[in-house]
Amino acid sequence: MSSKIPLGEWAEQLVDWIALNLGFLLDGLSGLLGWLLKTVVSLLEAFPSFLFIVVVCALTLVLTRKVLLTVGVGVGLALIDNLGLWSLSMDTLALVLVAAGTAVLLGIPLGILSARNARVEAVVKVFLDFMQTMPSFVYLIPVVIFFGLGNVPGMIATVVFAIPPVVRLTSLGIKQVPKELNEVADSFGSSRWQKLSFVQLPVAMPTIRAGINQCVMLSLSMVVIASMIGAKGLGYNVLVAIQRVDVGMGFEAGLAIVIIAVILDRVSQSLGGKRIAH
Amino acid sequence: MSSTLGSIRDALDRLEADLSHHLDQLFMPVHRWTREAQIAAYSGSPRKSRALPAAEGARGVSGERMAISVRGLTKVFGPKPEEAIRLLEEGLSKQEVLHRTGSVVGLTGVDLDIREGEIFVIMGLSGCGKSTLQRTLNRLVEPTAGTIVVNGVDVRALDEAGLRQFRRQIGMVFQNFGLLPHRSILDNVAYGLEVQGIGAEERYARAMRAIELVGLKGYERSYPSELSGGMKQRVGLARALATDPAILLMDEAFSALDPLIRKNMQDELLDLHEKVGKTIVFVTHDLDEALKLGDRIAIMKDGQIAQVGTPEDILSNPANDYVASFLDGIDRTRVMSCEALMKKPELVIPLRTGPRTALKMLDDIGQVIGFVADKDKRFVGLVKAEDLLRSLGANTALSEMVNTEVRTVRPETKVEDLIPILVETDYPIPVLNDQDVLVGIIYPGSVMDKIRPESTAEVPLEVEA
Repeated sequence: MSSKIPLGEWAEQLVDWIALNLGFLLDGLSGLLGWLLKTVVSLLEAFPSFLFIVVVCALTLVLTRKVLLTVGVGVGLALIDNLGLWSLSMDTLALVLVAAGTAVLLGIPLGILSARNARVEAVVKVFLDFMQTMPSFVYLIPVVIFFGLGNVPGMIATVVFAIPPVVRLTSLGIKQVPKELNEVADSFGSSRWQKLSFVQLPVAMPTIRAGINQCVMLSLSMVVIASMIGAKGLGYNVLVAIQRVDVGMGFEAGLAIVIIAVILDRVSQSLGGKRIAH
Repeated sequence: MSSTLGSIRDALDRLEADLSHHLDQLFMPVHRWTREAQIAAYSGSPRKSRALPAAEGARGVSGERMAISVRGLTKVFGPKPEEAIRLLEEGLSKQEVLHRTGSVVGLTGVDLDIREGEIFVIMGLSGCGKSTLQRTLNRLVEPTAGTIVVNGVDVRALDEAGLRQFRRQIGMVFQNFGLLPHRSILDNVAYGLEVQGIGAEERYARAMRAIELVGLKGYERSYPSELSGGMKQRVGLARALATDPAILLMDEAFSALDPLIRKNMQDELLDLHEKVGKTIVFVTHDLDEALKLGDRIAIMKDGQIAQVGTPEDILSNPANDYVASFLDGIDRTRVMSCEALMKKPELVIPLRTGPRTALKMLDDIGQVIGFVADKDKRFVGLVKAEDLLRSLGANTALSEMVNTEVRTVRPETKVEDLIPILVETDYPIPVLNDQDVLVGIIYPGSVMDKIRPESTAEVPLEVEA
């Protein structure tokens, strides 16, 4: 007869212990992220929608040099405004920007570390595999216990979900820097920091940029799921539409998400990409 | 319409340039920080003031000052270097050591002296350890045992900061150029200076000088991807020269280039070496290149040095069969000089000799062409027996019959350069020393015999007495 190993209970106990003993830390983190989110939301909503559309279009034109895309971006944003989803879209956008920003800020140094040190890499790899394969709904549960319901827990779940590609691709990019270029850096007597900032990061940049792009896209998809634990924005409309079987409402919110996704994807893909020659 | 779009694009380009300028400035504090750290490390005037550990053995056997002196250098790649060295000392072969310890022996007990200002070529087949040997000199490859002394510095005793300082005095040129794709040519060339924390103004001025030195002026704003292979390697060379290093390490620097461009680069390197006179350690697998560039050559086999010597040394006295096997099929015309081909002149006709006497002199030795010299023994020209014969009745002076439009060569002229002259001329070629005195004659028929590999094995390259 086999008795079940109480893995579930252990997980519960661990989560309880963390909630009880590390509460002050979690509260501090939560406060910080909450403040950051609020600032970004108020910043985004400070623009009237018309001005925002103009600014985004100008940015798209400068970054991508594609006239047609710019027109598409303008039309898409105008449609969102017309559907009355503007404010919800800004909430979603703010969540994505702060979550993806946090993920990039944490992910790049972690990627650099794991490219340099085999032990760090081994540990980090286990965590990343775990985070990427565990269904995202599952870690909504401990997040709720640690941080409660609302925007900030939604964002934290998003960071956890979106960080792996940044770490992986940063590490990969640095490891793929040709041996000869590393030797160039060393043979001219570069310090570690000079080698990293003058040679490794710039050469790895196309790969790192792909990671950032993936991170932004994953953030957007997670922000929608995070509505289940009370994150504001378009995802909440999708959730309500599902509960009411309201096809129209679901379609409108879904379309707005797609428009934002396309804009974020194209703009983040072209960030500073031209100067690297191939 | 299209012109409007074009002007928008231009405006965007300018905007972007401005943006990137500001971004660059954002990073300026980093530079300033490194520079301050640098100044602190130098504690005084830049470059030589920092005391690097001095070492014994900076002089070679002859007492001549050596730029690089290597003793007992051994490199073992793999898990058990100490055991591998012990087994090597017991006389086991590399294969046996690999089998017993799983370690690959890269270099075993290499001794080497490289003189100041010479071009020293390390040559051998791939896997012989030539690149490993070169890379131990600035510890890109960490040696397992032995000593390395470069310009009086015991390289193996350096700590991390000292090693950085030391490497900044050595330039390196790489096989695949090693240019940074995100930097302009100017910024690539300035890399070594930037690493040393030298301010933008001086850095770019010095980088420009290096760019001009390799003949790339006008390309400083280009990016590496816009340049051809030969130009890329010029950039590599300029980058190595920009820091004004005492020693230049060149690893298969021209091996990735087309044959024609390769030859040009070799010529230019020789010119450059004349101009800047640095010690150059050049690694190549190409014997032709080694013979052309090297003041001295070390031929390597299996992590050991098979022979060290000047190109003519190696060609005329290969130390063993391995070295000799390299020399098969080599283009000897590049190494052999006219001195090795010329015959001593049997007869020099003084200019004031009468035609009749001259004819008699030629007749005595059975030749139809005579070489004429003035009273200071300076070579004047050729005279043909048939002309002498024709003038016998007319009583003309010898000087009026001498053909002075004659192509001549020097003893040190390479056979490579003699051949085109031979093709254009139907006379024997006079060999003159630097006082224009006739020291030898090259007969066209004898040249081919001598430059064939089989025959040179018997005929030494020295002048036949």
